[in-house]
Amino acid sequence: MTRASPSVWEDATLAATLLAVDPAGLVGVAVRGGPDVARDRWLAKVKALLAPGAPFRRAPLHIEDDRLLGGLDLAASLAAGRPVAQRGVLAECDGGVVVLPMAERIEAGVAARLATVLDHGEVALERDGLTLRLQARIGMIALDEGLGPDERPPEALMERLAFRVDLTGLSGRDAPGEDGPNADAVAAARARLDGVRPADDSIIEGLCAAAIMLDVASARGPILALRAARAHAALSGRSKVTAEDAAVAARLVLGARARRVPAEAEPESAEDVPENAADQPPNAEPPPETDIPSQTDMVIEAIQAALPDDLLERVKLEGATRSRSAGTRGAGADAKSARRGRPVGSRQGALRSGDRLNLVETLRAATPWQKLRGGGVNGAQDGVRIQVRREDFRIRRFVQRAESTTIFVVDASGSAAFQRLAEAKGAVELLLAKAYVSRTRVALIAFRGAEADILLPPTRSLTRARRRLADLPGGGGTPLASGMDAALALALAERGMDRTPTLVFLTDGRANIGRGGAPGRRAAVDDAMTAAGRVRNAGVAAVYLDTSARPRPDGDRFARAMDAVYAPLPYANAGAMFDIVDDLRGGRR
Amino acid sequence: MRAAYPFSAIVGQDEMKLALLIAATDPGIGGVMVFGDRGTGKSTAVRALAALLPPLRAVMGCRYHCDPKADAGRCAGDCGALAGETETIPTPVVDLPLGATEDRVVGALDLERALTRGEKRFEPGLLARAHRGFLYIDEVNLLEDHLVDLLLDVAASGENVVEREGLSVRHPARFVLIGSGNPEEGELRPQLLDRFGLSVEVRTPTELDERVEVVRRRDAFDRDAQAFGAKWAGADAEVGDRIVAARAQLGAIEVPTSVLEAGSRLCMAIGSDGLRGELTVMRAARALAALEAADVVAESHVRQIAPMALRHRLRRNPLDEAGSTVRIERAMSELFDA
Repeated sequence: MTRASPSVWEDATLAATLLAVDPAGLVGVAVRGGPDVARDRWLAKVKALLAPGAPFRRAPLHIEDDRLLGGLDLAASLAAGRPVAQRGVLAECDGGVVVLPMAERIEAGVAARLATVLDHGEVALERDGLTLRLQARIGMIALDEGLGPDERPPEALMERLAFRVDLTGLSGRDAPGEDGPNADAVAAARARLDGVRPADDSIIEGLCAAAIMLDVASARGPILALRAARAHAALSGRSKVTAEDAAVAARLVLGARARRVPAEAEPESAEDVPENAADQPPNAEPPPETDIPSQTDMVIEAIQAALPDDLLERVKLEGATRSRSAGTRGAGADAKSARRGRPVGSRQGALRSGDRLNLVETLRAATPWQKLRGGGVNGAQDGVRIQVRREDFRIRRFVQRAESTTIFVVDASGSAAFQRLAEAKGAVELLLAKAYVSRTRVALIAFRGAEADILLPPTRSLTRARRRLADLPGGGGTPLASGMDAALALALAERGMDRTPTLVFLTDGRANIGRGGAPGRRAAVDDAMTAAGRVRNAGVAAVYLDTSARPRPDGDRFARAMDAVYAPLPYANAGAMFDIVDDLRGGRR
Repeated sequence: MRAAYPFSAIVGQDEMKLALLIAATDPGIGGVMVFGDRGTGKSTAVRALAALLPPLRAVMGCRYHCDPKADAGRCAGDCGALAGETETIPTPVVDLPLGATEDRVVGALDLERALTRGEKRFEPGLLARAHRGFLYIDEVNLLEDHLVDLLLDVAASGENVVEREGLSVRHPARFVLIGSGNPEEGELRPQLLDRFGLSVEVRTPTELDERVEVVRRRDAFDRDAQAFGAKWAGADAEVGDRIVAARAQLGAIEVPTSVLEAGSRLCMAIGSDGLRGELTVMRAARALAALEAADVVAESHVRQIAPMALRHRLRRNPLDEAGSTVRIERAMSELFDA
């Protein structure tokens, strides 16, 4: 990570200022970092610069759709005797900013709904018997408290936000005082914004060339950069966008999205380029310099000079995360919730937020008591309402099939690794091919050398799995204990999301690296036994496929310690592996 | 509501635009699935299509806007009783938002009536609104499963059957399904994929000029959507006229036996499952001929539409890296170039 430096704060402040100039146009900012003074000061800055009276609100992580998008106001509907809509947070914040805490935990579905609203500047409501369109031109601040490079807000959301700010490691002390443009300057810029034009074609050409240079594929990159450049020009009191504005915008918008370091700017990083280039479309080459007029060259030069120093770091982060599926690590999807899935009748009960009222049953329950309560039963004339009491409420019940996740834990050590890995790949792909039908997700952990890596976070995407599997590395020692630890951690995380995990170990059991990477057989075996005991205690179902040439007593011991199904598999074979795992899952049902 | 981005102003993405026009010409083809990266204008294109579709004649007052000329396939409700009066309505293009609840999709009890009078009355949902038009689902691969099941059933039968909340209603719901999604975020269920007549893959343009044009037009649209729309209105109207003319001509277009055979041989060569592939190739080629104002379907039409009609129907081998498009192109050059 980057050292705390003044330029990080300057860029963060600039992003805050530009967002305040044009919240809906720039769509938003993703702010990485924990909840500390630095972040609070940054948020306060945005709030202070917004137009007077512009909404600035938090939408809590587990907000229900009816509060986020809007829906039926049940209490008001019952009182009024007709459906009364309530606006959600997004529509209520029209013209302002919505803050999204813990955005790294947002579900893919919620992210997609947010993305639709951000794209259209309006909420299209199709819920609870209502059809409404509500204007919601908002800016969004996604607070990302993720720790590892894998823990990030869903790409569907990140993609739409113009800026990314990383406040990790900054303390409040680093924050400069009240420098930068004040609210009046921002208001003046806001008024000027509509009249700001690019000086000439070189601005747009320069931004697009920079996007290609940095391998920013989405058209949103340069479009947002252009809007940022206009806001910057407005802030500087200009009505024309200059190369300087474009350079600042490219640093803030495109720099954070870069998936490649331009060779000219970072010659010493040349060895990183092929590695990154391997999984890119082959034709994403930089354009020949000669085709670009010199005016554009100047813009490009200005952009290159302005690119952030830590571009290489960011490229690595982007490369590590961009193939991660949106929301695989999302907020706990309530699988057996009373809110989604197939309806299975109703029950009596108090109405809580998000519960769905079964209206006919409720009315039916209320009907026999109407005389006693003094209402009319058949609604003979208008104005006579049915009286509904709390005890009449009938709540709908839903079920959703639980999902399961199969986690392959593959021994990628030593000489036989390649054969074994190839077979594991085959089995993963076989399982994945029928994953959608059997509701299975697949994850892949490999352990080798000193540690275990999650090579494929839980996914149902064949495309992604294939890409990830294609460059699975092998070789080194056998840190079996670390493999078990990583597998258990992932299994528990999946269970936390109401998915049933199954662990599938593929190893020869020749543990020789202990926890923490220390070599030594004895310690390694002891550590592995301890780790296996933890798997058993957690009650996670496991299969142990022994891939050694001859079945070994060690393997049986590990399997027993984990309470796993043990199967010797001298010749690893994708088809056989698939059958065993499939049987285990089928048998447990 | 904000004005839609004009269809003709979309830079490049010719295959996607062609697939949408073909689906609009012959709704029987069964819709389009658009796969692609983020920021490639998938949603923009679908929403733009809505703006240029020709209006429909419908039975006045019918809640399912039935076609007054159709004898079969009218709704069972009040439609027949409404004596002969018709109205003109825009072709419905209905968005199915990811957050939509099931009762909004299939229709539900009319809350107002139920609350004020305790009366059971059906209030049509999105499927009814989409009848005779288009149903668009962005990020269709993230749609909740029970909604996918429901859509599959209705798309196959052309009829929405509602048995819930004490209601028992059936009404016609024939619509062109348009889905878009990013395969990186999860596979589409095979049964749903199969329902789409055509599928296209969109990519980010790699030419600098093209990308500059994308940004330039978007900027112009952002600044003044109305002026931008007016500038492209002529081109959009031409596309709309082309669709109208193609629809009128569709029935009169001849499909020579040699072309039918070519389609069948191609399907056999690539091993696509079932007859649906061949049928789609034939219909899509005919719609393309109609759009080009040709009288006879030629082999060139088949070649142009074969990838979009077949690429999602190939039996998938998870260990085969070669893309479906490549396999189809290979089969075509073997069959037709020899």
